[in-house]
Amino acid sequence: MSGAHSILPLTLREVRFAAGGRSIIDGISAEIAAGPTTIILGANGAGKSVLMRLMHGLLRPTSGEIAWREQGAERVRRGQAMVFQRPVMLRRSALANILYALELARVPAAERERQAMEALREVGLVDVADRPARVLSGGEQQRLALARAWALHPAVLFLDEPTANLDPGATREIENVIKAFDASGTKIVMSTHNLGQARRLGDEVLFIHQGRLVERAAVDTFFRQPASAEAAAFVKGELPWT
Amino acid sequence: MSTLGEAVRGAIGLMAAGDPMLGGIVALSLAVSLSAVLLAALLGLPLGAAIAVGRFPGRRALIVLLNALMGLPPVVVGLLVYLLLSRAGPLGEMGLLFTPPAMVIAQTILVLPIIAALCRQSVEDAWVEYEEQLRSLGADGLRAALTLVWDIRFSLVTAVLAGLGRALAEVGAVIIVGGNIDGVTRVMTTTIALETSKGDLPLALSLGFILIALVIVLNAAAHLIKEAAQRRYG
Repeated sequence: MSGAHSILPLTLREVRFAAGGRSIIDGISAEIAAGPTTIILGANGAGKSVLMRLMHGLLRPTSGEIAWREQGAERVRRGQAMVFQRPVMLRRSALANILYALELARVPAAERERQAMEALREVGLVDVADRPARVLSGGEQQRLALARAWALHPAVLFLDEPTANLDPGATREIENVIKAFDASGTKIVMSTHNLGQARRLGDEVLFIHQGRLVERAAVDTFFRQPASAEAAAFVKGELPWT
Repeated sequence: MSTLGEAVRGAIGLMAAGDPMLGGIVALSLAVSLSAVLLAALLGLPLGAAIAVGRFPGRRALIVLLNALMGLPPVVVGLLVYLLLSRAGPLGEMGLLFTPPAMVIAQTILVLPIIAALCRQSVEDAWVEYEEQLRSLGADGLRAALTLVWDIRFSLVTAVLAGLGRALAEVGAVIIVGGNIDGVTRVMTTTIALETSKGDLPLALSLGFILIALVIVLNAAAHLIKEAAQRRYG
């Protein structure tokens, strides 16, 4: 699904989003290209999650444009998947949760089981395939959410603070899974406020502050020499916005 | 108080003897009300879920109407179904008036808004949690509604039970469309009403006890199933 057939790049032009009279995303323009893992970095309330939802198509921008290279709505929808901060599992087995996603993606019935098991193997959950998804631990549920997204073989995988609710051990496991997906050629776009995680997983950083794209840089550059005062403060761990 | 005491003794006697007439009445009651609840659930659960998930003009008015219809007076429903099914009515040729199917129709109409309205509320609450995930996976509209209904099926047991309680307890609708014909359309509630007016308190009271006991047993069973399922599926 990547390479020549990719739906990327994704282009944002002057995207604005307001809710209840409050501006949340305030004129962001950017191009998200295939390849490097993109980290959407910013403090809580900066607008990271809303930006991810706008890109994924769950929210419509109040103004501005969000365009994929591919024009067909169906191909664009199936070319991407998203994992949320809190995974929502259906009351059925772990395996059935992935089968459900594959069915919605119109994967032929004969291939669903094999693809689902492959995804479970990828995240190390084969042993719990038949356990009800909702009784799995938080970390296991998040890995299952990753498997469910990855089973769809998306060109782009949006991850909205996927480890924010997890302990360090589970976080490490999730990060390993994300690295494996990245290595398999899936474009990762991940939001986080965790600097260490941004450094460990990211290739480039989009730093968001109060709904604006303040700075965009390669990870090394961003952490060594942040160009904006806001980014410099964030990297130092100061909180000028509180 | 002595009347009540006599009636209780008489009731116990009737139940202990396994009176066949009593058995027939209880069986018909269960058959009519369970059929009506089954039909109402088949129609009401998807309807409630569709209203919960859908976005269309007049939605709020429909929700208010549906909630109001939960309080439909059984006698009014009975009268309307009576007019539909009577010889001169639009469905008169079917010859259903004063038969158990007519009672099922009336109770279905009575129970449908209860199940649909309670289902609508439950699905709407769940939709808040599931919406983004389901939309992200590509489940919209009807598909999302059915997924939600299946996923909260254990909570919906409560909605169906509320409907069953209503069906088993009502007397106004079944007495009008059923006619309370001995051995044909006589159910527990209509018998209680009739025997009380005739002064046969033991029979009325024993039916009353059985009715209450049935409702408790059905609710307890449903509750246990729900608990076990929630432990299993989380």
